[in-house]
Amino acid sequence: MTPIIQTQNLVKRYGTYTALDQVSVSIPKGSIFGLLGPNGAGKTSLIRIITQITAPDEGTVLFDGKPLAPADVARIGYLPEERGLYKKAKVGEQLLYFAQLKGMSKAEALEKTKKWFIRLDIKDWWNKNVEELSKGMAQKVQFVATVLHEPSFIILDEPFSGFDPVNSDVIRDEILRLHDQGSTILFSTHRMDTVEELCSHVVLIDKARKVLDGSTKDIRNQFKSHRYSVETKEPINFSNFPWQPETMNVEKEEFYASSFKLVDGQSPNELVADVIQHAEILGFREEMPSFHDIFVQVVSREPETV
Amino acid sequence: MNKILLIIEREFLSRVKKKSFLIMTVLGPILFAGITIIPTWLAMRDATQTTVSVLDKSGLFAKRLKSNKETIFVSIDGSEEKAKQSLMKAGEHQMLLVIGETNGNTTPDIRIFSESNPSLDLVHSIEGQINSELKNVQLKSSGIDPALVEKIKPDVDIKTTVLNDEGEKEGSSAAATIVGFGAGFLIYIFIFLYGSQVMTGVMEEKTNRVVEVIISSVRPFELMLGKIVGVAMVGLAQFLLWMILSYGITTVAGAVMMKQSDSKPAIEISGNPEASKEMKKKMGKSGILKELQNVNLVSVVMYFMFYFLGGYLLYSAMFAAVGAAVDNQQDAQQFMLPITIPIIGAIVMAQFIIKDPNSNLAFWMSVIPFTSPIIMMIRIPFEPPFWQILLSMVSLILGFLGTTWMAGKIYRVGILMYGKKVSYKELWKWMRY
Repeated sequence: MTPIIQTQNLVKRYGTYTALDQVSVSIPKGSIFGLLGPNGAGKTSLIRIITQITAPDEGTVLFDGKPLAPADVARIGYLPEERGLYKKAKVGEQLLYFAQLKGMSKAEALEKTKKWFIRLDIKDWWNKNVEELSKGMAQKVQFVATVLHEPSFIILDEPFSGFDPVNSDVIRDEILRLHDQGSTILFSTHRMDTVEELCSHVVLIDKARKVLDGSTKDIRNQFKSHRYSVETKEPINFSNFPWQPETMNVEKEEFYASSFKLVDGQSPNELVADVIQHAEILGFREEMPSFHDIFVQVVSREPETV
Repeated sequence: MNKILLIIEREFLSRVKKKSFLIMTVLGPILFAGITIIPTWLAMRDATQTTVSVLDKSGLFAKRLKSNKETIFVSIDGSEEKAKQSLMKAGEHQMLLVIGETNGNTTPDIRIFSESNPSLDLVHSIEGQINSELKNVQLKSSGIDPALVEKIKPDVDIKTTVLNDEGEKEGSSAAATIVGFGAGFLIYIFIFLYGSQVMTGVMEEKTNRVVEVIISSVRPFELMLGKIVGVAMVGLAQFLLWMILSYGITTVAGAVMMKQSDSKPAIEISGNPEASKEMKKKMGKSGILKELQNVNLVSVVMYFMFYFLGGYLLYSAMFAAVGAAVDNQQDAQQFMLPITIPIIGAIVMAQFIIKDPNSNLAFWMSVIPFTSPIIMMIRIPFEPPFWQILLSMVSLILGFLGTTWMAGKIYRVGILMYGKKVSYKELWKWMRY
């Protein structure tokens, strides 16, 4: 299947500063895609090129297999990190305006806006000025503005910031619902829990370059530490144990925890077999790396290029 | 194209719906009407009658002072002291005019005593009457008949005639001056008023961060153009409403006042009668109103619309670029200077241009697009050669295409640039991105 977005060797320079350096990203249709990277890495530059806010100096962007065209803005929804609405304009009118700018007819925009107002239970906001809304309320309006024109590709830059946990869940459910309906979602976020919970693919950009790319599963496997933790009913007697532990017999409420790092050729089954002979096993699992760890590991390993 | 229309519509409606627009629209004509009506009304309103007791020690003037609606002169005798005392006892609206000794050849010592300062009009009217009386006495004593002097009153009125390919036409420098100045000044006001509205509009979108949402749907240039045109339409709408309302108010108020004053022309009552008679004569013969007809108003209005819009487009693009380049009003100041200098320069030079509308200076200032909207408009009623007008119009069109193009480049980069103090060098760099 053709990816919905495919960037090829994108380069973007601002004067002597290079914001993007040969970045090629392929976003599969129907995926929830995480765009990660430290501050100033070039995420926003990439997004702005995909949304056609700026043009790349080199490279191309394919949208659904064809070079990105001005008309494609109607199929892309973008929620920028810095939220912005006209403060002195009415919520309803403003949403209609944004939808029309995306190419919707007024009648269609009106119908869709009303649906969203009912869905998010914000009906009585229609005639309010944005300046009367709280930050969270304005965020909700902004979210509606992003998805109102039913884009097939939705870019969300830190979509949960500013929301309380309840509204955060509401928005997350809406995002998942849009995804189920066939939209591809691009998350740009620093919240690794969001990435772990939602994303099927990630790209990590650091210092204008792509440093990591793949499905979350593959990346986790790639960064596996081959570390296993064993929980036993009684402490293991390590003086007489063939495996070298990293931590031993940490006393927990109901068990003792030990961990082992396996090297090539060693199989976890052999480890389990040996443990069984020394103690009663209550739990055994592989320690998977969190995206937080992967992020920190990748970003700090990058040599300073400045 | 459709999107530009949407933007224009929003820019227009959001401004027209504002309370401040309504207030400005209503207040403008009221102010204008106020300026034209109130002085007339003040002069016309039933002034309280003032009784002036005249103690004339010379005996030359007391009987000559003419009473009218507002002032009644009463001749009294007796000592000055006594007169002053009775003035103190008398009620309001009483004055005492004391004219000192004179035989008519010297200027007497004249004083007015009153409870409060007398109006300038009254003082002038008395001075005028005494002056002409003294003149008569002095003429007589020099052996000249005052009636003869009255008869000899040459009245020179030079008629200017424009002679060109279209034949002879009665010209009118006075009317041309008024029309030219008025038009030039209107353009000046319009550029500043609405140019700065474009700037604050751009700045608002930038600081609100709405701009990023919008330019993910439309191109920055479309947004800028939509805003400029939208605001221009607000300006035109306001201007049109002002014209209609001003005309309405002045006509209605004028009609009402005419009725009240027994259909006497207001001008006769205000000021002193001598001057107003003179004025009336002029008006009847070849007055300003008649002169105005000699200025080709249709063509002036057409040119006015052109320079009005051209000047606005040229400058508002630059205002938009400034708005995009800065984060707040304070930073905007430094970039405002190069924009405002040519406009203010033009309006300052206007008085010199109008004295010599065909000078070299006038020519160049009316061809350079940064000053031409104001300067050419001032020259138009003086009917400069057509090739000059054409050259000026073409250069203005090229000028605003140029500024819009440059502004578009600055705008495109500027609206996405936050928290950075921008220098001219930076702007230059943006233009070449």
